[in-house]
Amino acid sequence: MLLSFVILLPLLGALLPTALSRTLGVDPARTAAALAAASLALILSQAPSVLAGATLVSGWSWIPEAGLNATFRLDGFGFLFALLILGIGLLVILYSRYYLAPEESKERFYGLLLLFMGAMLGVVLAENLLLLVTFWELTSLSSFLLIGFWRHDADARRGARLALMVTGAGGLALLAGVLLIGHVVGSFELSDVLASGPVIKAHPLYETMLVLVLLGAFTKSAQFPFHFWLPHAMAAPTPVSAYLHSATMVKAGVFLLGRLFPAFAGTETWFYIVSGVGLTTQLFAAYVAFFRHDLKGLLAYSTVSHLGLITLLFGFGTPAGAVAAVFHIINHAVFKASLFMAAGIVDHETGTRDMRRLSGLARFMPWTAALATIAAGAMAGVPLLNGFLSKEMFFAETLQVQWLGAQYWMLPVAATLAGVFTVAYSTRFVHDVFFGAPPQGLARVPHEPPRWMKVPVEILVGLCLLVGLLPALIVDPLLRAASGAVLQAPLPEYSLALWHGFNLPVIMSVVALTGGAIIYFAQRYYFGLHGYRQQRLDGRTVAEWLVAHAVAGSRQLVDRVANASLQRYVLLLLLATLGVGLVGARGLSLAPIDELTPPDALAVVLTAALLIAAVAATALHARRLLALVLIGVVGLVVSLAFVRFSAPDLALTQLLVEIVTVLLLLLALYFMPAESPRESSGLRRARDAVVAVAAGLGAGLLAWAVLTRPFSTIAWYYLENAKPQGGGYNVVNVILVDFRGFDTLGEITVLGIAAVAIVALLQELRLDAPQRDWDGRPWATERHPLMLRVLARPLLPLALLVSVYLFLRGHNAPGGGFIAGLVTGTAILLQYVAYGSDWARQRLPWNYSTAIALGLLLATATGLASWAFGAPFLTSTFGYVHWPVVGEFELASAMMFDLGIYVVVVGVVMVIVGRLGAMSGSAGRDA
Amino acid sequence: MEALFAIAIGALTSCAVYLLLRARTYPVLLGLTLLSYAVNLFLFASGRLVMASAPLTDQGLEHFPDPIPQALVLTAIVIGFGMTALMVVLALRAIRATGGDHVDGGER
Amino acid sequence: MNHLPIAPILLPLIAGSVLLLSTRWPPNARRAFSLAAVVGQLVVASMLFVMVREGPVLVYALGGWAPPFGIVLVVDRLAAALLVLAGTVACASLLYAVASDKETSAPRFHALFQFQLLGIQGAFLTGDLFNLFVFFEVLLIASYALLLHGLTADRVKAALHVVVLNLIGSALFLLGVALIYGVAGTLNFADLARVIPALTSADAPLARTGALLLLVVFALKSALLPLGFWLPRAYGAAAAAVAALFAVLTKVGVYAVLRVYPLAFGPQAGELANVAEAWILPLALATLAFGALGVLAARSLRIAAGWVVVYSVGSLLVAVALFSEVGYAAAIYYMVHSTLASAALFLVVDLVAGDRTSAGDRLDTADAMPHGALLGSFFFFTVMAVAGLPPLSGFVGKVLILDASRGHPAAALIWSSLLGAALVVIVALSRAGSAVFWRTLAPSGGARAPRPSLAALAAPAAILGCIAALVAWGGSATAFAQAVGRDLANPAVYVDAVLGGGHAQLDDRRRLR
Repeated sequence: MLLSFVILLPLLGALLPTALSRTLGVDPARTAAALAAASLALILSQAPSVLAGATLVSGWSWIPEAGLNATFRLDGFGFLFALLILGIGLLVILYSRYYLAPEESKERFYGLLLLFMGAMLGVVLAENLLLLVTFWELTSLSSFLLIGFWRHDADARRGARLALMVTGAGGLALLAGVLLIGHVVGSFELSDVLASGPVIKAHPLYETMLVLVLLGAFTKSAQFPFHFWLPHAMAAPTPVSAYLHSATMVKAGVFLLGRLFPAFAGTETWFYIVSGVGLTTQLFAAYVAFFRHDLKGLLAYSTVSHLGLITLLFGFGTPAGAVAAVFHIINHAVFKASLFMAAGIVDHETGTRDMRRLSGLARFMPWTAALATIAAGAMAGVPLLNGFLSKEMFFAETLQVQWLGAQYWMLPVAATLAGVFTVAYSTRFVHDVFFGAPPQGLARVPHEPPRWMKVPVEILVGLCLLVGLLPALIVDPLLRAASGAVLQAPLPEYSLALWHGFNLPVIMSVVALTGGAIIYFAQRYYFGLHGYRQQRLDGRTVAEWLVAHAVAGSRQLVDRVANASLQRYVLLLLLATLGVGLVGARGLSLAPIDELTPPDALAVVLTAALLIAAVAATALHARRLLALVLIGVVGLVVSLAFVRFSAPDLALTQLLVEIVTVLLLLLALYFMPAESPRESSGLRRARDAVVAVAAGLGAGLLAWAVLTRPFSTIAWYYLENAKPQGGGYNVVNVILVDFRGFDTLGEITVLGIAAVAIVALLQELRLDAPQRDWDGRPWATERHPLMLRVLARPLLPLALLVSVYLFLRGHNAPGGGFIAGLVTGTAILLQYVAYGSDWARQRLPWNYSTAIALGLLLATATGLASWAFGAPFLTSTFGYVHWPVVGEFELASAMMFDLGIYVVVVGVVMVIVGRLGAMSGSAGRDA
Repeated sequence: MEALFAIAIGALTSCAVYLLLRARTYPVLLGLTLLSYAVNLFLFASGRLVMASAPLTDQGLEHFPDPIPQALVLTAIVIGFGMTALMVVLALRAIRATGGDHVDGGER
Repeated sequence: MNHLPIAPILLPLIAGSVLLLSTRWPPNARRAFSLAAVVGQLVVASMLFVMVREGPVLVYALGGWAPPFGIVLVVDRLAAALLVLAGTVACASLLYAVASDKETSAPRFHALFQFQLLGIQGAFLTGDLFNLFVFFEVLLIASYALLLHGLTADRVKAALHVVVLNLIGSALFLLGVALIYGVAGTLNFADLARVIPALTSADAPLARTGALLLLVVFALKSALLPLGFWLPRAYGAAAAAVAALFAVLTKVGVYAVLRVYPLAFGPQAGELANVAEAWILPLALATLAFGALGVLAARSLRIAAGWVVVYSVGSLLVAVALFSEVGYAAAIYYMVHSTLASAALFLVVDLVAGDRTSAGDRLDTADAMPHGALLGSFFFFTVMAVAGLPPLSGFVGKVLILDASRGHPAAALIWSSLLGAALVVIVALSRAGSAVFWRTLAPSGGARAPRPSLAALAAPAAILGCIAALVAWGGSATAFAQAVGRDLANPAVYVDAVLGGGHAQLDDRRRLR
């Protein structure tokens, strides 16, 4: 519980600075400081037990199915990091209060700072590895926002994106690694993972897990070759650099190395990868740092180099190495934070960070100069300062490494060389800035910064001295607890004495100090250090080149593939269909299993007619009117086929729908070019023909296969129950309005929506019909054909009678609401086409959209009526009534439903074709 | 019979597919119409072919076609009609909106 | 008797019809009515959810005809969960539509919105293959109309493509139904689950072809590549509220896959066991990858959001393609998450575009946004959810999918694709965000966009709240997902619920000739 509070205070408090300053006008810095202090107090309250070597684990199960639990762990190592995060955090908050310009949004700054603080605490206090990953990603995100704090500065934006990309990628790798660990160990809880080191190291997936986890650690801790994002992160405000990019966030990587030390360390693979990367980073970064002209650039690379050193120490895989690593983590955090703050002060007071323009500042800000010099000394490893002690331990460790055998000397030499450059750039940092002639051409005359801006630096530098002079007293308890937690094993022998006698490490230090000084002054005065030009090629250039090309590439790809061409998409759909068809139908035998019906002459003739019409329509589709007529013929044959194969209802429906559709297309044609231009190449047409034939073959063969085998269905049920249960002899109609009436309800809803959509589409759509279109194709000009006029007038009343008849008999004989509706609709429609809309509208003044809605409601209401009898929706009943004239007549509740259908259908037909007809009428007048 | 029926379905499908791949909205419309014929016949075929006995049970209960596919086809025809109608008007609207009857709008 | 299972269908049907008659109502009355109807549906969905949460399956036989002869509605955990999901997204989208006030002037809009829900919820509820087709048609035609709403040129163009493709899709659906009915002689899902495994090897190829044709249709609906290229432009062109609702639409296709294949073509289906398995995984991985590249390639936020939908469908179908209990569980959790996330994204993007008076949603330099800080935070959280960054539900979903695919032969490929695509999306969206919110010019004295109304902000906020809840109560959420996974992995539960334990009386299936 307590631990979760430590994290949640800053995390959820992130909104408080804004809230309080908006409402009560509280200085955001104070709010942030208060939250951090509270969190620190909570942690310190646990100090006694933790320093005594205890490990507190607490929390609760959160998402067990995913293995993600809200469990936290406080041991020496986590405690050390929590101290750094909160302690340095407090100092940074104080410092930024004076660093930030008045016009900059302090609310946002401190909010983000707290967000980061909480995330970072989460990383170091998590017991559950997935929880650790969660907070890990959060640190990347908050760092992204903090680097981009000065959003108008292009470098800040680019730096932020770069950092997010590199650390984000690492985070994903880490996630994969952690999932594998959980799989191998069977738990994501650190206690279990740390206890099962042997299992992990013996597992076939060990290398994979190791590499994935290391990718996470190395990207975060800016290890070679992933180091390049860190220098560009320096575009962030200096307090941020001091906090995230030297003291805390970049330490998350090495924290992970320490955290998982017992589980992974000690194998040969571990040694070669980790120490190899560490050493490379340390050497290379130390060298580069020396040649940076920008203060923060120098500090950034020096940070990279020191992180490399720590990585290298963990890489040794020895207990003593781990202790030294932990010790250096502490020292580096302290002196590097103070150095960044000092650099910030210089920048703040002089307006530049370019060491070629700065010099002799000691005159103007002696106190700051003194502080910076001490801190730099610690960084260089000058005796009596904290850096010296851990540096000595490091040198000593390099002499102990077992793995290299005969080449054992390489490590110490390389380490010393790195030390030389460390001294060189430390010297440069001090000498270039604070000594020498007074600076030329500065914006303003520099002077000491405000009192409270220096305090944080003073405190940190004080620590450098204290630890350097009285290590055993000041730092040893913490170091023991932390190292113990890392090793999960008894500590090795080590002493923090200032003097171990005149031994090899001391010699190495001396070499480093003198060599470094010599190199600096030689470069400075004889080799024109300041004239040195930064190297061109840089990680960011590469990364941005990659991203830019990825974007360009994917644009090309996407534009090429998803090219918004319907023909392409249709082709893909058809090919996909053919593909699955081929695979699906494998093993299909075409030998008829069932006895076949013998063909007769009429069938042959009809089929031939259908084929000819269809093929002709396809071949002549460019001549649109002709094609339409041919399609009409096809439809006619289809409905005849339904007649032939004993489906009278279908035949009727098909016929009527056919008429309406053709009518519709006719009207449409009136506003369209009468001919299609021939635009697709011969090749394209051939390809389409091939696809078409393939599809035809497929459909035909499948149909044949279906038709020629026996099957058993549930149809008997409908045949037997249509009359007794459904009250109708016409099984199809009974199915439509009763057994599967629900389908029909959906079907008329579709019709209704279609009508609504069409009305919407025809809104203020005034298409006048010119004689010729854009490229001179002549327009079709059929309107109100005379034949229709003659036919239409007497047709209407007749049609109404017929539809009533069809409707009433529908339940027992072919017919029904739908067919009746189509008859009525078509008849009314003919009036439109024959006499033009205005004439028709005068005589048939109904609002058909309303009719549709009412029809839908009627059908639904009929269905609902059955609720009154405790029966489910759409349950039907029927009885017999004696009607005059008609005589004994059956009345089924389903007929009310059918009536609803009738109304909807009439309405729909009128809306759909009527509106269009109306347009053609008026347009006709305009033309 | 079965052979003729299958041939008809195949032919209709071929023509439909070819038209669907054209570049103007109108032939695509025709293609869709043909396709719906083909599909309705196919769906009808899933009940096999039975001659000369409509599913009207007042003439007894022997030798019947499967009424279900008939009902399904009827529903399919109606829905298809609504869809075709919408498509027709949409095609007109597209001419107005994009200044041409190319399926990708405009004149290409 | 309990009529609740059909309420999610009747409510929108009646509300929609009434709204068609509402031409003379004052606009606010119409909006209130429509909102009330949607909220009512959410309430009903929640009640159903509570009823089935512990496992019982509600079966509603329409017209009182016993399955398999009549049509049944079936409410199991999966259906109920998706009903709640649809209701939630619908409420938010409609609230936004009403608040942003651009889309709701036309009386038709609300009716169509209701009909859209009718189709979606019907598809979730039905237990009958052909009835599923009918509801697909309802949902489609409503979606065409909604997509067209406003009738801008690019909406018309996009709609034309969507309509043609889906009309072909409907034809394929009917072919599939014909092939399956032609050998199985029944349409009821549960009955199919009983009959399909018993098919002779002579009939199996036809049923297999039918099943695969249906798969093509579902893939087209859920925008599985290579059939999903139409989606980004269409969703990008649609009005924001509509696009947000469409986020549910793609999931109907996925739902259909989850409903049909484990039940009737699962491992128990003899000759037809796991017909879909071989197809979905590779295509899903391709969709995932291409979707991510699409996000990277996008030149405007709306198109990016469209590709995000494709990307998330890809990840979702990877989980589905495992066809395992854990896979289903991961799928259902991720389905809920990704639907909410995409919906929120469309709304937020619209707010941003509205605030950038000059540039709209294009990814180029423009004046600083008047309300950049506010909308920026909205955008940031939405992107975190979309990109699967912790601590939001996307992360949990990703972990579940990775975990579920661990034992799979192609695990290495699946993992690298999922993580790689995630990285690409992070990079792409961070670029977009920095371009829109950071790389800005000093505000020139042009027209200053008004502050978005509280209601308009509340809509995405509500969805983001749900996303947060999905993590905060992640324990019970994932536990529920596991239960769904169990249901899907054991079809007997569903079959027995629909057909009743002993299906003996159905076994006399007579030949007609």
